[in-house]
This record gives sequence, structure tokens and C-alpha cells, in this order.
Amino acid sequence: MQWSSEGLIIGTRRHGENAMILEVMTPDRGRHLGLVRGGRSRRYAAVLQPGNSVLITWRARLDEHLGTYQVEAKTLRAAALMESRRRLYLSQLLCEHLRLLPERDPHERLYLEALAMLDNEADPLTLGRALARFELRLLDDLGFGLDLTSCAATGVTHDLRFVSPRSARAVSAEAGKPYADRLLPLPAFLTGAGDAEPGDLAEAFRLTGHFLAVHIWQARDISPPATRDHLISRLVEPV
Amino acid sequence: MSARTGGPEIDQLIQLLARLPGLGPRSARRATLHLIKKKDSLMSPLAAALARAVDAVKTCEICGNVDTVSPCGICADPRRKEQGLLIVVEDVADLWAMERAGIGMALYHVLGGTLSPLDGIGPEDLSIDALVKRVETGEVKEVVLAVNATVEGQTTAHYITDRLAPFGVNVTRLAHGVPVGGELDYLDEGTLSQALKARTRFGDQNT
Repeated sequence: MQWSSEGLIIGTRRHGENAMILEVMTPDRGRHLGLVRGGRSRRYAAVLQPGNSVLITWRARLDEHLGTYQVEAKTLRAAALMESRRRLYLSQLLCEHLRLLPERDPHERLYLEALAMLDNEADPLTLGRALARFELRLLDDLGFGLDLTSCAATGVTHDLRFVSPRSARAVSAEAGKPYADRLLPLPAFLTGAGDAEPGDLAEAFRLTGHFLAVHIWQARDISPPATRDHLISRLVEPV
Repeated sequence: MSARTGGPEIDQLIQLLARLPGLGPRSARRATLHLIKKKDSLMSPLAAALARAVDAVKTCEICGNVDTVSPCGICADPRRKEQGLLIVVEDVADLWAMERAGIGMALYHVLGGTLSPLDGIGPEDLSIDALVKRVETGEVKEVVLAVNATVEGQTTAHYITDRLAPFGVNVTRLAHGVPVGGELDYLDEGTLSQALKARTRFGDQNT
């Protein structure tokens, strides 16, 4: 078995004294692991860093084997990421989010969106908007997507202001008014009904954070990524 | 059924030596044979030294260094305390490397690793709280973050910087750039870019 692809490094793990198990997000084969022989050598030190893009060739006798990677650098952005706290936290968070996906299951849109966020030095508002949409898509790809197309109570498709924390469906302003304290606010930019204001970002991350916590982190008994809070605080209140 | 090399004691010795870094079963057998051949001149003193080290080695209660006393020799040195320079390293091996470099009279703090979500290592697993307490006393004038130039190392550095921000202490980090003996053609573009950004004026030194 052999194939070649490009990919984004989302994790590295030491294996023995010389090798490294590399976790790569590829556009067409999803999250894929492989062994890099000599991966702990100086030659690979700058290449095998999370956030870098690489060209990989995977080889194994059987498809279900871990297999070995031959790695070549494509875009080494880790050094630039390290220079900026915000971009470093973003890179760590994106890697953690992508590691939630099942192995060898393609999620090309998530891959492309992650690359776009890493490569574009956007202002906090633009980046926050992209990250909130990325988290919505992540929930969707994991099978826990939110239905933000129409009101769960009345069926109307306009003036959607809330999301039910139970059904994950949108609720209109009128229908949700009596239950506002129990519903999650829905920022308009998530439904494409307006641009994001700085205050909207906090609400958007509260919304995605709630469903990530309930369906993913708690269900899998893992802690929420610490970098998420650090990054959000920098996006919501830029220093 | 595996072939026996010698008695159970020798087999156990080979198995234990094979667990040391850099040694596998084959090199462990060679080392064992070498020890057996030099039983009086090497094996006995080595066994005695190991036994003494097991009893004497302590982890310093202040910095996390290993020594035979706690606080360790570095923390107990009053000249180092006067300087107020605290170098934060990931591991004891890094502390030894800094000492070998002869950087001068500094105190150290061993974190015990870096933040690594993949391995489940969070801030509570590292000695970051102890570092904050040391800085809180006001005896430290500058904290040098000498963590590895990896994504995980730098994330840890940024996290520590955030934690130390309320105390107003000067936080610096090691420079990133061209290593001695490094050929530009072989350096990755990220390192080269950082080296160019952190360029210094040449020929300023009065040498």
C-alpha cells in the first residue's frame, strides 16, 4: 500500500529513541497517523512541528497497519506561529480540534479552513468569526450539528435569536422571549444574517463551547483545551 | 523458549541494562559481559556507587534539580541569589546544559516538561505554581524562559508569561537563530527568518 499527499501536522509523539509517530490532517484521507523513522533526529526537528505543512508518502503492507511516512517540508510556518501568542494558541487549538475527528475519514472543508486561519494574519474579529464557524462545522462533521435554518417552535426562518441547549435548534426572538434565560443567544453572523460585532464573538464561542462540552469533551471524558479560553479572551478583548 | 545467557541474576542484569537509554538487548549483553570481566575493578565500585546514589539523591524542594542535598547546591549559593536571575528550563538535563555553557551566576527552575495536550500534560502537572510563588517573593529580577524552540515549548513560555504578568518581573527568552557551525543552505526558512528579524549590529563589541 502506498499513497502520497500533502498534510498539516497536528500532533507528534515520540516512539522509542529515534522514531516519531506523526499525526497529519490530509485533505483526502483525513486524520492519518504514521511512523517516521529517525523522526527525532536534528534533520527533522524543524519540520516535524505541529502547524507545519508537509508532503508525505505513506507505505504499509496492509491498509490497517500504522505504516511509515516519508516526509518532506512544504510550508514551515511553526517558527512564525511561535512569534505570536495569538497564532500559537490558534494553531494549538486547531490541532486539538482536528484530533477529535475519527481517523482516516476525510474532512476537506475543515482542513482547508484550518489552513486558511493559520496562513492569514487576520484581525481578531475576522479570526474569531472564522473560528466560531469552524467549531460549528466541526460539530456538524462529528454528527452533532446545530440546525440554524428555522425556528424549532414556529418554523419561521427569520429573526432567529436563540438556540435551544437541548435540541440544538434555532429559536426565533418572539418564540424564545419567555425562555430567554434558558436559551443560548445566537449571534446573527452565524446564520449569515449580519456581520459580527465584538460582543457577538463571546456569545458565539459560548454557543459552540456548550455543544462541544456536552457532546464531545464530557462524552469522551477529556478536558476542554486550555488554549481555547486563552485564545478567546484575546479575540474578544484584543490586547 | 528463549535461550538462557547465564544464571537468572545475569539475565536480570541484562534486562535492566537494556532499559537504559541508548542500550538495547545486544549492547546490554556486551555491557554485562564487560562488567563481569572487570568484576573487581568496575562492577563492585559501580554497584556501590549505585547503592550510595539511591540513598543520597534528592530532588531540590525549591528548583526541582537533582542533588544529594535539598535545597540543592545551586539554590543554596548566596551569590546566585544576589543576581536575581532565574532561568526556567524544561528538564534537569537542560539545567545541566546551561551550567555547562557557563552562563554565570543564575538560579534555575525545572518545570518537569511542557504543556502537551496530546500527552494530557496540563499546567497543574508542571511546577508552574511553584515558579509563580518564587517570583511572588520579589527576589527575582529577571526570568529567562530557556524552553525548547518547539511549538509545545513556546506555548508553555507564553502561558508562563501570562501567569507572571501581574508581578511586573522582566521576562525574557533565549534567542532563536543560526547555530554555531550551521550552514544557511541547510537551515529551515523559519529559523532563517527569525534570525534575520533578530539581527544585531556587527562590530559593536570593543574586541
